[in-house]
Amino acid sequence: MIKKRLFTQKIWFLCLKIAVLINGAALAVILYFILSRGWRAISWEFLTQAPRDSMTAGGILPCIVGTICLCLVTILVALPIGVASAIYLNEYATQGKLVRVIRLGINNLAGVPSIVFGLFGLAFFCIVLKMGVSVAAGGLTLGIMTLPVIIGASEEALKSVPNTYREASLAMGATKWQTIRRVVLPVAFPGIITGSILGLSRAAGETAPIMYTGAVFFTPDLPTSIFDEVMALPYHIYVLATAGTNIEATRHLQYGTALVLIVLVLGMNLFAIILRSKMRKKLRI
Amino acid sequence: MKRQTIDKGVQSGFLLIALFSITVLSLIMVFLFIQGIPIFDLISVKEFVFGQYWYPTDDPAAFGIFPLILGSICVTLLSGMMAIPLGIMTAIYLAEIAPPKVAEIVKPIVELMASMPSVVIGFFGMVVVAPFIQQIFDIPVGLNMFNASLMLAFMAVPTICSISEDAIFSVPIALKEASFALGATHFETIAKIIIPASLSGICTAVILGLSRAIGETMVVLMAAGGAAMIPGSIFDPVRPLPASIAAEMAEAPFRSEHYHALFAIGIVLFLFTLMFNLFADYLSHKFRQVGEASL
Repeated sequence: MIKKRLFTQKIWFLCLKIAVLINGAALAVILYFILSRGWRAISWEFLTQAPRDSMTAGGILPCIVGTICLCLVTILVALPIGVASAIYLNEYATQGKLVRVIRLGINNLAGVPSIVFGLFGLAFFCIVLKMGVSVAAGGLTLGIMTLPVIIGASEEALKSVPNTYREASLAMGATKWQTIRRVVLPVAFPGIITGSILGLSRAAGETAPIMYTGAVFFTPDLPTSIFDEVMALPYHIYVLATAGTNIEATRHLQYGTALVLIVLVLGMNLFAIILRSKMRKKLRI
Repeated sequence: MKRQTIDKGVQSGFLLIALFSITVLSLIMVFLFIQGIPIFDLISVKEFVFGQYWYPTDDPAAFGIFPLILGSICVTLLSGMMAIPLGIMTAIYLAEIAPPKVAEIVKPIVELMASMPSVVIGFFGMVVVAPFIQQIFDIPVGLNMFNASLMLAFMAVPTICSISEDAIFSVPIALKEASFALGATHFETIAKIIIPASLSGICTAVILGLSRAIGETMVVLMAAGGAAMIPGSIFDPVRPLPASIAAEMAEAPFRSEHYHALFAIGIVLFLFTLMFNLFADYLSHKFRQVGEASL
């Protein structure tokens, strides 16, 4: 009897392991294809020149620069607002209707589809605020999309600061704001940064929100102000793969661009993951 | 100025900023409606939602989004059929069975899956998976509902997995020990104690995962085939709601009927995900685990 039960357990645990393996295999297959086919396109020229011959040759420098510019605006928008929101929720707020509404807003904002952010950005930033298709409009759109991620991460970081720290500071006569600024924030800082990098990496890879707000099909110039339009890596992949002049012949450029985007995004992620595991070890001691 | 006065000011400042998210959410709603409502001067809500034909550029144009809604629902359900078991099983493995060393490898894998840019997954579906499906199943096009669902499943698994894992992990250890003490095996404990105890969290995870799948744009834009018709099999091309908005916004003249119709699709999509999220929020609050007493 017990043998049969243990046998059932064995079979089920095997199934669970297979499920995990399927996930790992799927990730490995995607990475393998992009890496093996993408690396041939990578060269110094590919990374440092603008596209030529109606985007069938040349490099992707404007896309890299564009994505970095969009990311900068994104983080400038999302980080201060996100951290401040998290401070309010974790340090000041007491449970009640207002907090419930604020949290509901954040949760639902996190669930809004990326293309709807794009529509909103187009209608509000580009048209009503007259920014046009620009780094500013695209970055703002990405910024409000990233906001919930940063709030979540910052709250987590603030929660991990032991309450004794706050109490000790308050007991010394510091006000709440002084306590937050000088005691809580410095301790929570690495956690906030980790979470922000994760949020930013997601923004860097998003296409739908910037399709009609920040990124354009082709522009040979690098942006000189935040009201310029830019090319962006994710949108460039989409354009080359679906609407390019010669889709089959530019396949290697598509793989190459995808590889650069993955390296950028996964690099940011790995950096954040390593930073976090290092911090966890430090906290344990 | 007195320190206390500064303190009060700072607190109200933080409150104002904390209200930003809900303000933005309301603004999104307002702008979708402002830009989307005008289409209903032309046709009724019922004709829009249940109309069978989507020919926005024809003369006279037809704005029936029923095939698009059906496309969205079909790809989401199909991807759910793949992602839900995979996600939950991975979560159980991580929370209950995996030795710490293995978990340290598997967790980053799930996180890397979550961080893959959607355009890369769509691209992969287009150039690698599509020819593959075409050959294996011997069908004319590889860009279809099945392909898109497969790619969407890849994106939904990490969401489902990480939220379920938290729920499973937070089941009180005393329940588990009691089950062991009665002579149950580890698997019996998982199936009869741990999963029922964390069911509300797992349901929340599934809903949020599906909500992510229904709102995902680039994957369905690139891999679903893009035909605005009611699918007859899982190998038919479909055109889900987000794909329609993304593909047509470029060619829709500003403030034309088509432009307003696309914003109206945005309203439908927004309401879909809002419903999903409110339901998930309700579930996680209503059935929140408060110690062992609530079981």
